[in-house]
Amino acid sequence: MAIRTEELLLNVGPQHPSTHGVFRVIVKIDGEQIVEAIPVTGYLHRGTEKLAENLNYTQIIPYTDRMDYLSAMMNNYVLCHAVETMLGIEVPERAEYLRVIVMELQRIASHQVWWGTYLLDIGATTPFIYAFRDREIIIDLFNELCGARLTYNYMRVGGVKWDAPPGWIDKVREFIPYMRKQLKMYDDLVTGNEIFLNRVRGIGKYDAETAIAYGLSGANLRCTGVKWDLRKDQPYSIYDRFDFDVAVATEGDCWARYQVRMEEMRQSLRILEQAVEQFPSGGETMGKVPRVIRPPEGETFVRIESPRGELGCYIVSKGKAEPYRLKFRRPSFVNLQILPKLLVGESVTNLITILGAIDIVLGEVDC
Amino acid sequence: MSELLLEPFGWKNFWIFLLSAVILLLLVLGFVTYAILFERKVLGWAQMRHGPVRTGPWGLLQTVADVLKLLMKEDVIPRKADRVLFILAPAIAFVPSFAVLATIPYTETIRFADLNVGLLYYVALSGITTIGILLGGWASNNKYALMGGLRSAAQMISYEIPLVISVVGVILLSGSLNMYQIVQGQAGYFWNWNIFPQIIGFGVFLIAAVAELNRTPFDLPEAESELVAGYHVEYSGFRFAFFMLAEYVYVYAIAALTTVLYLGGWHAPFPFLDFIPGIIWFLLKFSFVVFFLFWLRATLPRIRIDQLMSMAWKYLLPIALINVFLTAVVLEFYR
Repeated sequence: MAIRTEELLLNVGPQHPSTHGVFRVIVKIDGEQIVEAIPVTGYLHRGTEKLAENLNYTQIIPYTDRMDYLSAMMNNYVLCHAVETMLGIEVPERAEYLRVIVMELQRIASHQVWWGTYLLDIGATTPFIYAFRDREIIIDLFNELCGARLTYNYMRVGGVKWDAPPGWIDKVREFIPYMRKQLKMYDDLVTGNEIFLNRVRGIGKYDAETAIAYGLSGANLRCTGVKWDLRKDQPYSIYDRFDFDVAVATEGDCWARYQVRMEEMRQSLRILEQAVEQFPSGGETMGKVPRVIRPPEGETFVRIESPRGELGCYIVSKGKAEPYRLKFRRPSFVNLQILPKLLVGESVTNLITILGAIDIVLGEVDC
Repeated sequence: MSELLLEPFGWKNFWIFLLSAVILLLLVLGFVTYAILFERKVLGWAQMRHGPVRTGPWGLLQTVADVLKLLMKEDVIPRKADRVLFILAPAIAFVPSFAVLATIPYTETIRFADLNVGLLYYVALSGITTIGILLGGWASNNKYALMGGLRSAAQMISYEIPLVISVVGVILLSGSLNMYQIVQGQAGYFWNWNIFPQIIGFGVFLIAAVAELNRTPFDLPEAESELVAGYHVEYSGFRFAFFMLAEYVYVYAIAALTTVLYLGGWHAPFPFLDFIPGIIWFLLKFSFVVFFLFWLRATLPRIRIDQLMSMAWKYLLPIALINVFLTAVVLEFYR
């Protein structure tokens, strides 16, 4: 006689140590196996897009800081980039370099947080501290540059708010070899660890077709072997001047996503190295911008490569100082959609592994 | 101690027994207090932090403060919990952890119960803790706690077997289940310690012991990132403290057991170092084992439940059996 079993409805989140914020997922489990998973989002919804309709473009920038709070620089940039595209503003060379430097530093910082918290999800506590120690250096650099550690409010339409203080570029230059050394240590500590490999290899696997069908981007797409990076394929800012490789892996599982992100940190260091080398010695940091920013009537959509994937910004303007409609394509939100599909048939332990590997930021999912 | 046991029961031996039991209890509690501090310090060193420093010099009063805080906490029993089992579970988990300490010999003179089946007694009693943990998980009437409790039951039962079988090698070598005699069999130079002839068994024993302790990388019953806190998620205040206490007393017990079974107990590595008292040697080895357990926690990620089970049954158990077989064959031919 078979033992009578029953499905158990387990509520994971919104208060749970490993949902990276206030994400909630309701799972039906049979034993430890997930039968169905229903994600529930919206606990951090602040109506950024609606608020933006009553604000002028400069006023919107601090709000974008709070979307993906691990990569506020990218959010700043995508809005400014969209408005600049509408207005056709020329951004000064020095500002462009500063933007690229801060964005690549931000990418490393964001991936460091991901690396630390992912290992924490898997049960190792020490990498978290190491990652945050190294991230602290980047945060300090940002602090020196714009006076904030997390919500920078650094970029403006037409340039950047603050020029680099004296010696700042040298500090970035010193950071690059240090970070290379640290990345090697990260690898030594974690990448070859047998327990870690067993936890991530073959988990949460999907192929390139599925990834494209779900609209995945960033490391979630590149882990399936699709070589698609907007910095390379549709270069924005001055990314066409740098020599770097697009990190790809072919396995399509959590392990591949891990490898892609680790490689991305290395490639970001390469970009930083070149950007610091080419950094112009003088020049303006703000372009010629009208006193009141009134983009001409019409609409525009731009997208950039954020640490989490393709970050898009869609603006409809009626020729006023405020946008008629502002819409962000948030990669975390789009990437999260594949979660229910990946979870079916997995165990509760793998739920955390898979969710962590998608790398969501709840501020961005709920916007 | 054994002469006293043979004497007729009277006030004299009653007080002596009571006093030594209280002393042992206080020693163990003292150990637990500072083991927790030490663990946090070791984690701190591994993670480039200081660990606790605020409460008392060098953080020495941190655990005391923590325990006081736990004492003052409200004692919450969830309304839908099974009250009787909920209250009983911490005690069931905690009592055997102290009871197992009775058989461990610290030095030639400092030892309490001189049981002929000391090792068997240890293994049998420590198994009872699993029931406490399972009951705690069940009685809480919480899904996370239930999963934690079930995991813990599965894990501890699975790892009990390789643990016991790996110890059989030691028993074969020394021909006794009495811990005192096991230590005496390891006298002389350090290569007489069981760790060297029983290196395979030692490996299995250590892995199984860490799993028995529910510590990283086998801390699945309380896997924080998945199960929030596992079986004790609904426990607060002093009931929670009992679970924690049981966990750390087992750290003490396993470290002492490892020292006794494999590291030669109170014997010095070289006979000419015998002028240093045995208790020092015991404490040194014991502290190293404790440090090793904490070090593991700082370094390794957590293993997955199915990998954990397959490791116990597919690898550890056969290896332990092979170890027993090899030991028996070698003993048969060379002695």
